[in-house]
Amino acid sequence: MRQRPRFPGPHAYDLVCHRPPRYSSRRGPAISTATVTAPAVELTGITKRFPGVVANRDIQLRVTKGQIHAIVGENGAGKSTLMKILYGMQRPDEGEIRVEGKPVAFHTPADAIAAGIGMVHQHFMLADNLTVLENVILGSEPRRAGVAVDFRAARRKIKEISDAYGLGIRPDVPVEELGVGDRQRVEILKVLYRGARILILDEPTAVLVPHEVDELFENLRGLVREGLTILFISHKLDEVLRVADAITVIRRGTTVASVDPKDMTARRLAELMVGSELPSPETRESTVTDTVVLSVRDLTVGGVDGRAIVEGVGFDIHKGEVLGIAGVEGNGQAELVEALMGIRPCTTGSLMLDGKDISGWSTLKRREGGIGYIPEDRHRHGLLLEAPLWENRILGHQTRRPNVKGPWIDRSGARADTRRIAEDYDVRTPGIDTAAAALSGGNQQKLIVGREMSGDPVLLIASHPTRGVDVGAQAAIWDHLRNARANGLAVLLISADLDELIGLSDSLKVILRGRIVADVDPANVTPEQLGSAMTGAGEAAAQ
Amino acid sequence: MSERNASSSGTPGAGGTGGVGGFRDRLLGRVKLSGWLALAAPLLAVLFAALITSVVLLIAGSSPLDAFDALAQYGTQPRTMAVILNSATMYYISALAVAIGFRMNLFNIGVDGQYRLAAVVAAGVGGAALLPGVLNILLVLVVAVLVGALWAGIAGLLKVKRGVSEVIATIMLNAIATGLASWLMSNHFGVLNGNELATRPIPADSQMPGMALISGTPQLVNGFLVVAIILGIAYYVLLNRTRFGFELRATGMSEPAAVASGIGVKRMIVTTMVLSGAVAGLAGMPELLGESHKYSNNFPSGLGFDGIAIALLGRNNPVGMALGALLWSFLSNSSNSLQMLNISKETADIMKGVTVLSVIIAYELVHRYRIVAEQRRAGQETAAAPAAEGAAA
Repeated sequence: MRQRPRFPGPHAYDLVCHRPPRYSSRRGPAISTATVTAPAVELTGITKRFPGVVANRDIQLRVTKGQIHAIVGENGAGKSTLMKILYGMQRPDEGEIRVEGKPVAFHTPADAIAAGIGMVHQHFMLADNLTVLENVILGSEPRRAGVAVDFRAARRKIKEISDAYGLGIRPDVPVEELGVGDRQRVEILKVLYRGARILILDEPTAVLVPHEVDELFENLRGLVREGLTILFISHKLDEVLRVADAITVIRRGTTVASVDPKDMTARRLAELMVGSELPSPETRESTVTDTVVLSVRDLTVGGVDGRAIVEGVGFDIHKGEVLGIAGVEGNGQAELVEALMGIRPCTTGSLMLDGKDISGWSTLKRREGGIGYIPEDRHRHGLLLEAPLWENRILGHQTRRPNVKGPWIDRSGARADTRRIAEDYDVRTPGIDTAAAALSGGNQQKLIVGREMSGDPVLLIASHPTRGVDVGAQAAIWDHLRNARANGLAVLLISADLDELIGLSDSLKVILRGRIVADVDPANVTPEQLGSAMTGAGEAAAQ
Repeated sequence: MSERNASSSGTPGAGGTGGVGGFRDRLLGRVKLSGWLALAAPLLAVLFAALITSVVLLIAGSSPLDAFDALAQYGTQPRTMAVILNSATMYYISALAVAIGFRMNLFNIGVDGQYRLAAVVAAGVGGAALLPGVLNILLVLVVAVLVGALWAGIAGLLKVKRGVSEVIATIMLNAIATGLASWLMSNHFGVLNGNELATRPIPADSQMPGMALISGTPQLVNGFLVVAIILGIAYYVLLNRTRFGFELRATGMSEPAAVASGIGVKRMIVTTMVLSGAVAGLAGMPELLGESHKYSNNFPSGLGFDGIAIALLGRNNPVGMALGALLWSFLSNSSNSLQMLNISKETADIMKGVTVLSVIIAYELVHRYRIVAEQRRAGQETAAAPAAEGAAA
C-alpha cells in the first residue's frame, strides 16, 4: 500500500544529504504509483451555503493515500470551510464524503477523529503549564483500574509514535519551554495519538521561520513514508510546490483544478488561484493631477516582538490617482492600512493629508478630515452585522450630517440617506431596516462603498474592495472607484487580485516583508511579472 | 469566497452554525426578534416556567393549582400591589444599571457593591442634614450617584489601563465595598441605638413623599416610582436616540468595527462603567429616602444580583425589564403566602430561578429556530439562482 518505499533505492541519498536537492528528486516514485491506490479521502459535489452566500459549491477532491495533498486558494476562497466540513465542524448541504472508500457523515469532530481524520490547527491549542505528555493525553487519558491516569502507558505510546515518525518529542517537558516548531510537532503527535491516519494541517507554516519550515516538511515526509495521508492547506505557493505530491486549487468556493506540482510553476499556480476570466477593471485615460493628497514618509510600524512589520514606507498619492499596493498577503499591507487609519499603535513616520500633518490625529479625526475607508474584513471592521442598514450608514460617520444633529441621532436624515445609497449603489435589500447580516457579501460591500463615498472623501483607502463579492457587484464597485477617481478622489488600493490592481491603478508599488521593494508601471506589466515581483524573485526584472 | 463570511459573523465562541451573532449576543438582546417570534419567546418562557414549577411543587407534595391560586390571590390584594411596586422600583433601577453595561458587552457584576457603598455614604450625608428640605434630597442623590460612579469607575480604569476583566474587578470591589461600608458605619456614620447600628435618620422634611396610588390600602407607593420611570425613558432615549448611545451599542456589537469607525473604545469603557455605577448608586435610594430613612443592617441586600437576573429577563429592553422587575418583586414578596399553604417559602426562589432559565432557554430556542429557517430560506434562494455565483468560476 505504501507509495513510497522507506528506502527508495535510487533516492537513498535523500536520507543522508540534507536540504536543497532533495525535493526535486523526491516526487518521482510517489506519483507513478498513486493511480493504483484507493483514495484516502474523496469529496464529491460538496456544497455549503450560509445565509446569502455559498461558501463551497460543487467541491470535487480526491486525495490519494500516502501523499501530501495541498489545497491552495486565496484567503476567503473557501479552504477553511471545506476543511471544517471534512473535520465535522460544519455539515455540507449537499454532496458526499468518502473516507477510504466508505461514505461517512460527520456530526462532530469526534466522528471525524473516529474515522481517522485529525486536524492540526493554525493556532496551537496547547496548555502552556502542562507537560507535553499531559497535553497529548488531555481528553483521552488512558485509565488504570478505571480511575487513575496511566501515565506509564501514555509515555510508552508517545515514545513509540515519536520514534516511529521521527518527531523527537520529549514527553516530560512543559510546553511553555518549547519553541514554535516543537509545539507544532506536539500538535501533530496529539492527533496521531488519537489514531489519525489522515492529517489536516491548516496553514502550518504561517507561524514558522524558514528553518522550522524545513524541519516540518522533513517530518511530513516521514509521516507519508509511513503511509499516512496529509492535507496541507496553504496560500504560500513556493512551499506548496516544494512539499506537495498533488495540488488542488480552490477559487471562489469551488475546486477549479487538480494539478501535478511537477508540471507547475508558482506563476501558473497563482493564475489558477486568482483566475483570469474576470471582467476587466481597465482604466486607461489618466486623471492624475499634480496635487498631492496623501504624502507618506518613512512610515514604520512595530510589531509585538519589537520587529518592524512595516518599515520605511513612503509614497505620494495625487488627486485623481489610484495607487495600487501589490504583495503576497501578510507582508505588511494590513498593518500599513491600519497605520494610515490611526488604528494601529507603535507607528512612526510622517503622514500629510492635504498638507496637514495627521500623524497625531485619532481615527475619528482622520475620517472627519476626509479619509474614506473600505476595510479588508467587512464583517469585523466595516459593519454592525446585527444592526439595521440605516444604523450601519451611521457607523464611521457618527459625528457628521445627515446622521446626527449635535448629540442626537438624526433618524430621518440617516434613514433617507440610506435609502439614497441603496438606490444609487444598487444595494439589493428588502428595506433599510433589514439587518446587515441578511445581505449577500456583494450588497454589503456596495453599502460600505456607498457609505464611504458619501462622506465626501479626498482620499479613499480601499482594502480588497471586491474580495468575496460576485461578479456583478465587482463590476459595479470598479465603476464607482473609476468615477470617483475621475472626480478627483485619491485612492490607495490594496488587493490580492492582480488583474484588479493592474487594471485600476495609475501606479503600482510592490510590498515585500513590510518594505516597498519595487515600483511598477501598470501599463506595461503582466500579472505574471507582477506576481514574481511580489515573491521577490523578479525584483530586478520589474524595476 | 466566504469562509470569512461564515466564521466571523459572531463573537468568538459563536459556534459553527453560521448564524447571526453568538449565544451571548442573543442572550443580551443584541439580536432582535421580529414579528410573531417576538411574542412567541416570552409566552413559551412563561409556559415553560409554570410547567417546571408545577413539577417541583408536585415533588414537594403540594398541589400546583392551589399554589398558583394562592399566588394569584396574594398578587391582587391592594396592599401587596403597592408593596410589589415599591420593591420593583429598586429592582428596576438596579437592572437598568446592569443593562447599560450589558449593551456594551461589559459585565458589571459590581452593581451590588456600588449601590450599598453609595447608600451608606448617602445615608451618612443625608442624616447629617447639611441642607434643609428638598435640597437635602438632591444632595443625597448627588452623593449616591457620585459614589456609585466612582466605585464602578475603578473597574473601568483597571480594564482600560491594566486589562483587568471587569467581571473580576467588580466582584472583588464588591468584597471591598462590604468591608469599607462596615468600617464607615462603625467609625463615621453609625450611631448605636440599642442593639442596632444605623445612620442618623434623614430628617422628615427631606424624605421622599409616598403616593396614594392604589385605593383600598393605607400602603403608599414610593415616590421613587416616578424617578424609576424617568430613568427607564432616559435609558431608552440615551441608547437609541443619541450619538453616545449609538457609539455604546456599536462598541457592544463589534469592538473592531467601533475602532475602525473612530470610536474611542477605551473612553467608552470608562464612561459606560461610570454611567452604570451612577445608576447603580440610585438603586438603594427608594429605600433610603422613601422607606427606612437610614442605613442599617436591615437595608435590602443583594439588589445588584437581582438586577443581573432582571436585565437578563427583560433582555435589556426598558419595558421588558420593567415587567421583569414586577414579576421578580411579585415572586419575592409572595413567599409568605405560600407558607400559609405549608409550602416552604424557598419555593419562590426556585420559581425565580426557573423563570430566568426558561426565558433564556425560550429565547435561545426561538433564535435557533429563526436561524435555521433563515438558513433554509437562503439555501433555497441561492440554490434556485446559482447563476450569479457561478458566473465567476
